[in-house]
Amino acid sequence: MTMAPVLMKGNEAMAEAAIQAGCDAYFGYPITPQAEVLEWMARRMPEVGRTFIQAESELGAINMGLGAAATGARVFVSSSSPGISLMAEAMSYMAGSEVPLVLLNVMRGGPGLGSIGASQSDYWQATRGHGHGDYHVPVLAPSSISEAVAIVADAFEIAERYRTPVMILADGVLGQQMEPVVTEYRNPPRQEFDWALSGAKGRPPRVVRSLHLQPYELEEHNDHLQKKFELIAAQETRFATEDLDDADILIVAYGTAARVARSACERAREQGVKAGIFRPITLWPFPSAALREAAGHVRAIVVVELSAGQMIDDVRLAVGERTPVYFHGRTGGMVPTPTEVAQTLLGAAADTEPDYWLPDDAGVPTLQTRAPSSRSEPADPDEILLRPVELFE
Amino acid sequence: MTATIEAPERRIIYQRPESLSEKSTHYCPGCGHGIIHRLIGELLDEMNLTERTIGVASVGCSVFAYDYFDVDFVESPHGRAPAVATGVRRVQPDKFVFTYQGDGDLAAIGTAEIIHAAARGELLSVIFVNNGIYGMTGGQMAPTTLLGQRTTSSPLGREVGAAGVPIPITEMLAVLPSVAYAARGSIANPQLIGRAKQMLKRSFEIQEKKLGFSIVEILSTCPVGWGMTASQAMEHVEKEVVSTYPLGVIVDRPLQAAQEA
Repeated sequence: MTMAPVLMKGNEAMAEAAIQAGCDAYFGYPITPQAEVLEWMARRMPEVGRTFIQAESELGAINMGLGAAATGARVFVSSSSPGISLMAEAMSYMAGSEVPLVLLNVMRGGPGLGSIGASQSDYWQATRGHGHGDYHVPVLAPSSISEAVAIVADAFEIAERYRTPVMILADGVLGQQMEPVVTEYRNPPRQEFDWALSGAKGRPPRVVRSLHLQPYELEEHNDHLQKKFELIAAQETRFATEDLDDADILIVAYGTAARVARSACERAREQGVKAGIFRPITLWPFPSAALREAAGHVRAIVVVELSAGQMIDDVRLAVGERTPVYFHGRTGGMVPTPTEVAQTLLGAAADTEPDYWLPDDAGVPTLQTRAPSSRSEPADPDEILLRPVELFE
Repeated sequence: MTATIEAPERRIIYQRPESLSEKSTHYCPGCGHGIIHRLIGELLDEMNLTERTIGVASVGCSVFAYDYFDVDFVESPHGRAPAVATGVRRVQPDKFVFTYQGDGDLAAIGTAEIIHAAARGELLSVIFVNNGIYGMTGGQMAPTTLLGQRTTSSPLGREVGAAGVPIPITEMLAVLPSVAYAARGSIANPQLIGRAKQMLKRSFEIQEKKLGFSIVEILSTCPVGWGMTASQAMEHVEKEVVSTYPLGVIVDRPLQAAQEA
C-alpha cells in the first residue's frame, strides 16, 4: 500500500510511529531537541487510552519504563544526550534482566550541557553498551523521517524477539526538521512472553532481575548474553549503499551526516571524483563484513560524522590497514556543508591517486608518485577538518 | 470403670505463610527483615493477594526478597523502586504492587522517586524498612542514622555540622494530599509487631480500594552494623530510635474523610 507522503516533524513522526506500533506506555522528561516527542505523547496517549507519564527525571522515566516493560508491555522512552547519560544505569539493568524496551536518543552537542544543536557525539556511548557491564544494545540509526517511522516498529520487534533494550539513535536535525514522510506505520505481532510479570496465578512465580551474586552464575548469564549478541549480529546487521558500482572513494556516514554525504557525493562526481556511500543502519551490530568487502573496491574511505570522530573507530576495525581512512567531522551542533565534504572527497581522491609509470628523459619507465604532492589543500584549515588517519601510529 | 479421654482437636496455629517460599533467608541473626517478610506474607495470604501481586525489590540486603516470596518480582536499580513500581502499576491496573525498600535506598538515593510517586498518588504500598544504616555494604551512615551514632563512615558519631540531621521522610511525605496513608511502626516487641501488621494491612486495603499512595515505615534492626546483640538491638529500637522516629499513624486521609462525613 502506498500512501501520499505527509509533511511531518521528525520528533512527532517518531512518536506517532510508536503509538501506531502499539506502544502501551510512554515515559519521558522534557529536554531539547526531543521535547516534541513528549508533547505529542502527552496528547495522543490518553486519546488512545494508553499510559503517559511525564516523570520527575530521566532516571524516573527510564525506570518506569523498566517496570512497565517487565510486565511485557510495549514501552517507548525518549530523551536527548544529557538525559540519555542518566538513563545508562537502567539500560544496563535492562540488558542484564533482558527487558525489551525502545529508547530514542535525539542527540545534541556535548560534552556536558553542550548545545541543543544536532550532533552524533553519543556514538561511543550507544554502541559500547551505554551503561556498566559487558553488553551491547542494538542501535538503529535512521537517516530520514520516513526511515525513522519504519525503524520505530522494527525496534519494538527486535527488542521483543531478543529480549533486549534497543536504542534508536537520531539527532537534532532528524528530530526537528519537517519533510514529506511516508507514514507506513506497522504494528508488529505480539508474542507470548514466558518471563513477563502478571501475578503468579496458576504458574510458578517469575522474577525479572540482573543480580547473580555467585560469580559462576553470573559468568553463565554473561555467556548466555554474549551468545544472544552474536545471534543479533548474525541476523540483524543492516546497512544501505549508494553509487558503489564505480566508486573510487567511499563515504561512510549514518543519520544526518549521510544526508549531507549524499549531496557531497553528487558534487564530487560533478568534479570528476567517483564517490559512493556506505551507510550503516545498525551501528551495533556494525556492518563490518560488508564494509570490508566494499572497501576492497575503492582507493580511500572518508568517514563523515557530526562528531570529532567516533564511528571512525569501527570503520578502522573493519577495514584494518588495507584502505586509507580520512575523516570529516564537525562538532558542537555544527553540521558540515556538502561543499566542505566534497572538498575532503576531492582531497582524499587526489591523495590516493594511483602511482603510474612514465618514461624518463632516457626513455626508461620510471614510477611516478603523485600523492601527496598533487593533493589539494583545503581552502580554510580552520573550517575544514581533513586528516588522514595514521594506523597503528 | 474406665474413663474415656477424648483427644483434643488438633489445629495448626502457626505455620509458614503460603506466599513465602521454603527458602531460608540469608539475613543475619536479629535482623528485622525476616519478621517483616512474614507480616507481608501473612497479609498476602489473608487478603488473598498472592496471585495478583507484583513486588519490587530494591538494592540492599532486601534485594533478595524475590527469593523469599512466592510472588512475581522485579528487581529495581538503587532508589528507583517507586518509579519501577509506577511503571508496573500503570500497565497492570488490576494487580497489587508493593515496593520493599531500605532507608539508604528510599531516603538517600531514591528521594526524588519516592516523593514524586507519592505526589502522583500512585496506587502503591511502600514498605520502608528503616534500620538507620547501610547494612549490606558494611554498616555505613545513612540519612536516617541517629545523631551521635557511630557507623563505619561516621566513626566518631554522626555530627550535624558534617553530616546533617536524620530525615523523617515519612512525615515529609505525609504532608502531600495525595498520600492516603502514612504510618510508622516497629518490630521491637511482639505487641509492636502486631501493630505493624495492622499498619501494613491498612496500606494494602487502601491500595485495593484505590484510595491513593501509602507508606508504612518500620523501624528495624541491624545488630551487626550497630555492634549489638540481637536483644540489645531490639531494646535500642524500643528505647532510643523511637525518640527520633516516633511511632504511630501519621496520616490516614480516607479515615479522616469518613469521620468528617
